[in-house]
Amino acid sequence: MKIAISANMNTIEAQFSQRFGRCDFFILIDSETRAWEAFHNPAASARGGAGPQAVQFIADKGSEAIISGRYGPSAFTALEAAGIKAYLAEDGTVNEVLDKFLADELESTTAATGPELHGRG
Amino acid sequence: MIIAVASGKGGTGKTTVAASLATALAEMGKPVSFLDCDVEAPNAHLFLGAVFDQRRDVDMLIPQVDESLCTGCGRCAEVCEFHAIVVLGGKPLVFSELCHGCGSCTLECPEKAISEIPKTLGILESGPGGAQINFARGLLNVGEPMAVPVISQLKKWQVPSPEEILILDSPPGTSCLVVESMRGADFVILVTEPTPFGLHDLKLAVQLTEELGLPAGVIVNRDGVGDTKVDDFCQEAGLPILMRIPLERKIGAGIAAGQPLTEIYPSYGDRFRQMFQQLEGILADRKAER
Repeated sequence: MKIAISANMNTIEAQFSQRFGRCDFFILIDSETRAWEAFHNPAASARGGAGPQAVQFIADKGSEAIISGRYGPSAFTALEAAGIKAYLAEDGTVNEVLDKFLADELESTTAATGPELHGRG
Repeated sequence: MIIAVASGKGGTGKTTVAASLATALAEMGKPVSFLDCDVEAPNAHLFLGAVFDQRRDVDMLIPQVDESLCTGCGRCAEVCEFHAIVVLGGKPLVFSELCHGCGSCTLECPEKAISEIPKTLGILESGPGGAQINFARGLLNVGEPMAVPVISQLKKWQVPSPEEILILDSPPGTSCLVVESMRGADFVILVTEPTPFGLHDLKLAVQLTEELGLPAGVIVNRDGVGDTKVDDFCQEAGLPILMRIPLERKIGAGIAAGQPLTEIYPSYGDRFRQMFQQLEGILADRKAER
């Protein structure tokens, strides 16, 4: 399965990011082989609608699950529509978060976990 | 003539100044219209005693996708500047609270699968304000983030006649809402206070008027507090100081009771009328220079 993890830097040893829509990088990982690839999040500096745009991005990359911390209402609606399962993690490196996920220690969420933060304009 | 009253900082006295100017001009028989463009928290009616007798909704057109026609090509998501429409699992998803109503997705859809439906953002209200002022305001629905269309539709609804003086009471700040309020103004009055906060935000507001190419002048409210740095800045920037309103208990109490300055001290009627003449002079000079 292909999973995405929100991160602050572009490597597997980067710090995990609690932010979803505006995290700096997504690390896409093949859960069977642990092969990974880092992508800059194009929604990080979006003027508005970062959540849906980030979902569109990871969906287009073939993600079936995401691990992050705070999913806003729009982001969560989009994840549901895309059929991407949303997991929650606290902290650590991307590698450590991945280990917890593979050990089945992470909970998934069935509702948004962050506030609506849409920009004005 | 169209005069916008704005400020960078909130709570500097924009509405006090705008309402007092409107009252002073109406007192001398000028036809005056007043638009409260602070649609997130309009309160100028408290100064002018407006009675609303006309109302209308502010609608914005948002996309509605006919899924039987949609092929999931994703063109709509590509052209949406605000990511208000995304295509996930081959299906489009509209986030109406992010939509700015630009219509790009509808225009660009190769299958003509998108039509537009109205969404109500707020209301416009108008009616006579005291002292023969034609008053109108916009009121954004609570929880609705899209305020610009309320302001633009308010301005389209109440177009002034050539001889009329239109006063636009802007929201605070330098956001899109302020740009929309100032647009089309002949002159911008920036109300500030002589404090570091007042100066900081005044500088931002001045940058905005420069960007929009609008002439501006400054009213220093709560004069006597703070320091002289606002004066220094205005002198350097070539901005006229149009009026100084002192920090005074009687003025504060009057404003708290909903009185414009012209009611608290009738002499302010003449002061605002003289200021208006000064604005006319500045605009005539500008015209002559061109």
